[in-house]
Amino acid sequence: MAKRSKSQLPKRRFSLDTWLLRHAQTALSALGRLWRTPINTLMTTMVIGIALALPSSLHLLIGNMRVLSDAWEGSASVSLFLAESVDEAQAKAVRARIIQRPDVVEARLISRGHALEEFRRLSGFGGAIDLLDHNPLPAVVVVRPHQRIQGAAAVKRMADTLQTYREIDLAQVDLQWVQRLSAITRMIERGVWVLAVLLAVAVLLIVGNTIRLEVQNRRSEIEIVTLVGGTDAFIRRPFLYEGLWYGALGATLGLLLVLVSLYLLNGPVRALAGLYESTFALSMIDLKGLLGLLIGGPLLGLAGAWLAVGRHLARTRPA
Amino acid sequence: MIQFDNVAKRYPNGHEGLAVVDLHVAPGEMAFVTGHSGAGKSTLLKLIGLFERSTRGQVWVNGRNLNKLKQRDIPYHRREVGMIFQDHRLLPDRTVFDNIALPLVVTGMRRAETGRRVRAALDKVSLLKKEKVFPITLSGGEQQRVGIARALVSKPPVLLADEPTGNLDPDLSREIMELFLQFNQVGVTLLIATHDLGLVDHLGRRIITLQQGRVADDSQRTT
Ligand SMILES: Nc1ncnc2c1ncn2[C@@H]1O[C@H](COP(=O)(O)OP(=O)(O)OP(=O)(O)O)[C@@H](O)[C@H]1O
Ligand SMILES: [Mg+2]
Repeated sequence: MAKRSKSQLPKRRFSLDTWLLRHAQTALSALGRLWRTPINTLMTTMVIGIALALPSSLHLLIGNMRVLSDAWEGSASVSLFLAESVDEAQAKAVRARIIQRPDVVEARLISRGHALEEFRRLSGFGGAIDLLDHNPLPAVVVVRPHQRIQGAAAVKRMADTLQTYREIDLAQVDLQWVQRLSAITRMIERGVWVLAVLLAVAVLLIVGNTIRLEVQNRRSEIEIVTLVGGTDAFIRRPFLYEGLWYGALGATLGLLLVLVSLYLLNGPVRALAGLYESTFALSMIDLKGLLGLLIGGPLLGLAGAWLAVGRHLARTRPA
Repeated sequence: MIQFDNVAKRYPNGHEGLAVVDLHVAPGEMAFVTGHSGAGKSTLLKLIGLFERSTRGQVWVNGRNLNKLKQRDIPYHRREVGMIFQDHRLLPDRTVFDNIALPLVVTGMRRAETGRRVRAALDKVSLLKKEKVFPITLSGGEQQRVGIARALVSKPPVLLADEPTGNLDPDLSREIMELFLQFNQVGVTLLIATHDLGLVDHLGRRIITLQQGRVADDSQRTT
């Protein structure tokens, strides 16, 4: 007997159509197995769906918050408090000069008398002001910057320029709370990432555990397949397809959940925006989010299944 | 075809499967392995099918050193070694046909070719009419024949059988032995572990007797 230390084992490579056919068959029978245990499948799918929907909807919420705070930053106004020495006619002249500026679309003058009236009406301290022998309120020009002045920094620069006018005591940007909103948005964004990673791990574990149980149930079948020379890839394949299906079904359900909650939220949000004279409406899921869900879900399912079967195969290997 | 050079197998829990075995089975030979319970018969067969690896010495099968075989090549090795078990190891939820087809399915063989080969194997074990039934509805002897058909369907050069007649009455056992003799006639190398010396003694074949993990006796019986 000739001794070959190198193994010369026949490894049949089969044609592409056979290969495709077998994959299609395996995928279908994996789906069939899920179908035959509908309650289990439904529950696992729901858990995965919810786990995937949570970060997706938060991501969406953040996106919408960003749009909102950008819009508000854009609509920032600058209040110019005029010096006390500036009289009515001079104030009108200042307003006229300011509206000429190319970076200004609107400038509204609130005269000292007007300001006083408004104060009386809105503050509830009208009585107190009557005790004073003169009007302490300055005239104010409220300026709306041009659209191309975008972002807090640009508006601030504009305010600084306006403050150099001799008649203007103080130029104040009414932007602080918008900046706070965008800071909060950024913070939540970070949190959403952490949450997304945690929930992705959760999906991995859910699918991993489901497939692990499935592997347990089919232990003797796996053993017999190894007995007759089935490769690891052959044994793994049906389980990988199951994991893939779980991920895909879960992602679809997750997408559905996101869309439904968007639909339910959109009405109230519109009503709220109406109160603020805004036409803001919730934007639908973006392409990135959609792909993340519909590709990420199945990939996580696949990875979970891979880990579960891999562990079993490693355990049953001859020492 | 099968060669053991100074082989020992100690299981992880310290039990000694084989103490030291030197053995050579020529291509086309048919040999029986016997010995008391725990002598190491199953261990010997498991080493050949690479279900266990030797802890010392070299095992050669069909010119290949199994010690040097990589993990990922083991399935391809097993396709050249048909295995038959006392408890048949059939899949209860698949038909006889599907059970026998399994060794071909894992190689990715086309359906038509698979069908031809499965029917040829069924014919050899005289079970052609049973291809659509489930194993549970068959008698013990029939189930064993299904197991045999599965082992030979891929036409492996080596067949190993571990107590193939362990659960069968004498008539059925003789029937199974007849089958093995037929396979041997067409050149298959067979190694059969058995307790039943009465069954094999008169066959005039080589009988290897193991005792406490060693070869105690190795002789050709004459009728
Ligand atoms: N998986 C295992 N783990 C640990 N020890 C084992 C294992 N398999 C077998 N052994 C030990 O190895 C020795 C040989 O066992 P083996 O199964 O080869 O004997 P056998 O000759 O086939 O016996 P029987 O006739 O009862 O089937 C025994 O002492 C047994 O306890
Ligand atoms: Mg045994």
